[in-house]
Amino acid sequence: MLAVEVSHIVKSFADKVAVDDLSFTVAQGEMFGLIGPNGAGKTTTIRMMMDIIKPDSGEVAILGEKLSEATKNRLGYLPEERGLYKKLCVLESIVYLASLKGMDRHSATEKAKELLNQTGMLDSRKKKIEELSKGMGQIIQFIVTIIHDPQLVILDEPFAGLDPVNTELLKGMIADLRDQGKAVILSTHQMNQVEELCDRILMINNGRTVLYGDLGEIKPRYAGNSVLLNVKGEPGEIPGVTGRRPRRGYTELILDGETTPQQVLNHLVSRGMVINRFEVATPSLNEIFLKEAGKKS
Amino acid sequence: MNKTLLIFRHEFLHTIKRKGFIIMTLIVPVLALVAIGAFQLISAPEEPPVAQTIPIGYVDEVGGFSRHTTQGYINLVGFDTPDDATAALISGDVSEYFVIPPDYISEGVINRYTLEKEVETPPVITAAIKNFLTSNLLEGKVPAETVYRIEAPLDLVVTRLTETGEVATEQGGFGNIIIPGIFSLLLAFSLMFSSSYLVQGLGDEKESRLIEVLLSSVATRQLLVGKVLGLGAAGIAQVVIWLVSAPLLLKLASSTFGGFISTIQLPANFIVLGIIYFVLGYLLFAALAAGVGAISPNAREGQQLSMIYSLFAFVPLWFSSLLFIFPNSPVWVVLTIFPVTAPMAAMLRLGVSDIAAWELAVSIAVLVLSIIGVMLIAIRAFRTYLLMYGKRPNWGEIIQNLRSG
Repeated sequence: MLAVEVSHIVKSFADKVAVDDLSFTVAQGEMFGLIGPNGAGKTTTIRMMMDIIKPDSGEVAILGEKLSEATKNRLGYLPEERGLYKKLCVLESIVYLASLKGMDRHSATEKAKELLNQTGMLDSRKKKIEELSKGMGQIIQFIVTIIHDPQLVILDEPFAGLDPVNTELLKGMIADLRDQGKAVILSTHQMNQVEELCDRILMINNGRTVLYGDLGEIKPRYAGNSVLLNVKGEPGEIPGVTGRRPRRGYTELILDGETTPQQVLNHLVSRGMVINRFEVATPSLNEIFLKEAGKKS
Repeated sequence: MNKTLLIFRHEFLHTIKRKGFIIMTLIVPVLALVAIGAFQLISAPEEPPVAQTIPIGYVDEVGGFSRHTTQGYINLVGFDTPDDATAALISGDVSEYFVIPPDYISEGVINRYTLEKEVETPPVITAAIKNFLTSNLLEGKVPAETVYRIEAPLDLVVTRLTETGEVATEQGGFGNIIIPGIFSLLLAFSLMFSSSYLVQGLGDEKESRLIEVLLSSVATRQLLVGKVLGLGAAGIAQVVIWLVSAPLLLKLASSTFGGFISTIQLPANFIVLGIIYFVLGYLLFAALAAGVGAISPNAREGQQLSMIYSLFAFVPLWFSSLLFIFPNSPVWVVLTIFPVTAPMAAMLRLGVSDIAAWELAVSIAVLVLSIIGVMLIAIRAFRTYLLMYGKRPNWGEIIQNLRSG
């Protein structure tokens, strides 16, 4: 059973098409990246998946069925724009929102204390939400998202506004979710975060699919014919290298169409050179996006 | 626990802990106490001690008005000329004076002079002058008992009979409208406050974006029904507290208003119909509040919009004095059937006259259908305008979106 199956969804607001014929699937136990620039249609797609807004056309199946009250108890959602009851205390907020996910108060209280302890916020459990810093509020919201042990977790821009310490804390907790076999959808415009965490991606722009598939297969497709090199001393002449681009701490060697990186490596080794870095150059997701977005326009 | 019940419980507890709610709950009995105290202060000078008399001067230009100069605690002092009377008024010997002009018998005009600024002559003064004139005019012409009867010709005692000719259990009168009047006033206030809490709560949840978290857990219907019922329960709890404090207030009031309190009656069927209208009124206003909360981008605008229907709640109260004069006017039938005014209009009318069974049936049916209709529209509007944080749609857009949404 797929965690998510989205088929040809379309959503328009006034005269603007926010999502245009989008289809994708997310498997159980998969970390899936939904990426694209701001305004690409990521949040609208997620809201349609969560049944917060209805698509104009197309189908959405969550955990094998159309979203129902029972299904809602099996998924966790961290919206892009965070919000909690400002006047309620931390523990009370978590327990109330967990109870709406089908947890009984006792289990919710125990689990909330455990997660607060894990995130170093147990001492803040009696504080009002409005007394917390923005970062602390986001951690509380993340706890609300996962407290009921959901099978599918949807995180919309989870790292936005977090300091490096909290970002690392959250990354660790997200990795734990993946290790527990849960399907995680990570929606963000910070493509480097997706490269670090996700197995597969859907890249969208202007509501349309730009790239979709396994990250390990996509990136080599966009690999240019070049290598990144740092050696002790001067590398000298290397057969098959048509150009050199000096970078900070290394040099990018541009190869002709017939020379492979392996041949370049063999040549350097045969000359007895001390190699500090040798890497087949692959573009970042950001570069791939810019390339694809440029093509479409 | 059912999710609607969870939301109901949360909203109820959250509302009754609000400072505004606690203050409003306490302020009504406190204001009633203040009103009773103020009434005592204002009414106290009306009844001077028995031993103290008020001297009022008069100038008799007709002749023959010289007897019966003591009328209750008012003592009438005769003067020969208006100038003498004016001098006595300025020196404080009399509090005022009046002149019986030579053509009084044919014209009936009496000229009264006072240092006070008044809206009209106090009734006790008018009665004293009238009785003084009557007694003197009839002196020696009819027996003293007849003079007394002319001054106070009737003490009307009304008895209401049933259609079978027996004395009705419910006799009407002002005592009959006290409880319906208070009840409808409390309902109107309670409706206004509770619906404002609902609009505020929804506005806050939209502004804080919490609404997305809630709707990822519950259906729109569960969220709105839970909120409406939770706030309704809080509103009813508030009214219960007011009613519980009523016996104490009545006890205090009875020392102020005297025997009038003993005339207070509970109209027949009032308890049953009162509760029905109270609950239905609550549900209708809460549903309206949910609708307004749905289309408002924030709490502040929601509060402004909610003033529109809140004003309707008070319409029957504004015109309640006309109800006593024209209890069966078609306007009151319309107000009893029109859903937004129905709860208050029906409660007030129950205290004044009977309401035809068909009117009650139509009124309750229209209210129930309105609640269902408004709730369905509110749920639809809520979905449509859920994510509209920054801008309030105009009415054309709302109607268009509800059709297509």
